Amino acid sequence: MSATQPTSPALFDCRDAFAATLDQVAERDNRIVIVVNDSIGSSKLGGFRKRWPQRTINVGIAEQNMVGVGSGLANGGKIPFVSAASCFLTARALEQIKADVAYTNANVKLVGQSPGVGYGELGPTHHSIEDMAWLRLLPNLAIIAPSDPWETAQAVEAAAEHEGPVFLRITRFGVPKLPRPDNARFEIGKAETLREGRDVAIIACGVMVTRALEAADRLADGGVNAQVVNMASIAPLDEAAIRAAADLGAIVTVEEHSRRGGLGGAVAEVVAGYRPCPIRILGFPGFMPTGSPKFLFERFGLTSNGIEKAAREAISLRLL
Amino acid sequence: MHALNMVFEARQGHPGGDMSVTDILATLYFGVLRVDPKAPHESGRDRLILSKGHASGALYSTLAEAGFIPIEALSTYMKPLSMLNGHPNRNNVAGVEANTGPLGHGLPIAVGIALAGKIDNADYRVFVITGDGELQEGSNWEAAMASGHHKLANLTLIVDRNTLQQGARVSETNDVEPLADKFRAFRWDVVDVDGHDPGALLDAFAPSADRTKPLCVIAHTIKGKGVSYMEDQVGWHHGVPTQAQLDKAMGELSGS
Repeated sequence: MSATQPTSPALFDCRDAFAATLDQVAERDNRIVIVVNDSIGSSKLGGFRKRWPQRTINVGIAEQNMVGVGSGLANGGKIPFVSAASCFLTARALEQIKADVAYTNANVKLVGQSPGVGYGELGPTHHSIEDMAWLRLLPNLAIIAPSDPWETAQAVEAAAEHEGPVFLRITRFGVPKLPRPDNARFEIGKAETLREGRDVAIIACGVMVTRALEAADRLADGGVNAQVVNMASIAPLDEAAIRAAADLGAIVTVEEHSRRGGLGGAVAEVVAGYRPCPIRILGFPGFMPTGSPKFLFERFGLTSNGIEKAAREAISLRLL
Repeated sequence: MHALNMVFEARQGHPGGDMSVTDILATLYFGVLRVDPKAPHESGRDRLILSKGHASGALYSTLAEAGFIPIEALSTYMKPLSMLNGHPNRNNVAGVEANTGPLGHGLPIAVGIALAGKIDNADYRVFVITGDGELQEGSNWEAAMASGHHKLANLTLIVDRNTLQQGARVSETNDVEPLADKFRAFRWDVVDVDGHDPGALLDAFAPSADRTKPLCVIAHTIKGKGVSYMEDQVGWHHGVPTQAQLDKAMGELSGS
């Protein structure tokens, strides 16, 4: 790269922040154990296993048993982090998540690794663009989709401290560290306004937050003042933040997930009962073709360009 | 007898499976389990999970007799807003360890508790009761494999082997035999007992310091045990007795 080109920001794999933070939490709390389905490597938990082999439970390729075992470990006083590829964890073991974790209100932390189209080239069996939709229906279960390594670390800490079930959506797709004030702190159930605005609200989660901020920059260049909200906590939902977004009269939601039932659906449910306004829901329309995550984001408009365009459309549809 | 009254009053339930598992539950709660109804969440307690959660009538009756819940509560079984749901909920009922109902969930949870006990070098034991038809659920075999692999000597599975499932005989539906051989192949110890003989059950459940494997107790039982017209009849999986049938059952049970 020549010195005259702008320097790209460093990109981080959030699994590293997950694993490093879990190590710190486990160091001070010996109730922390991990449960995996031969997913040590893909969860980046090799260091944990080496350090605490007796606190590492590998059930093999058996997701139903994995989640049931997690519930049992919680019954026995442990704080299990059940970590597996999100597609298998949430789909194969959905009834165990419903009954053994959510309904039981067990102190289990489910960690959905490489969600969305993290496994882009491997195809729809390995994509996990439904997970937030089907988990969002389950009472008691907190759902967190962190936006960057800092928030991932905060979310792991919050999950360990929270008494009750949590689902963490940990991405492998490289993201920059987002700019935040020094006193920033993640809290389950609280949205984070990263940029104030008055013309349109862009509500994003996970890897899409950085693109939302880029879109807001582009909109500003065109004289449009966009608010950017990081909705990392999909459940419980910060309804006050969504009502504030609806007060602007135009909303765009953007997520690495199906357009149906995820963040966009959650926002729409709140807005419909408060102050209906146009909402452009950006996400994936169906089973995705093969392609790298970056290719799929570009193909389906999950880019700063796509968000900017959707914001202008939402504004043009704004009710008078 | 409680369970039958409860099914009669609620006009629904699973009396056949209640009656096959009652002797097992009574033996466990009154002869084996180290549990204290005054401290139902004490960390060192033995655990019993009724994986066949549809036999909740039998579980609630036993918990009431053991002092975990008031006897009077039994008359609310499955009534609107009762804590005694058709399937047990540990957040509502003291002594219930797992929210079972969908089949094939109890054994994996029991494996998790047994692993926690092993990590802590705790001396509590973990018991789980499944039906025999329930073993058609694949999750049981995931858990059985893990139990053998981890040498969970603190885990005891009791199979309520009443040979009937909801719609027909287990053997006519999807046969689980050879059951003992299956568990031995999964690296379990296996014993066959008469599931209505408390002495034989106590022998089977006796702690053994020499044990190095999980234990499967295949308890041969009779669905609808103790009531002549219910015994071994598939129709009583979730039948409801009439007043005359209830009177006859109560007469037979109190005479037996």
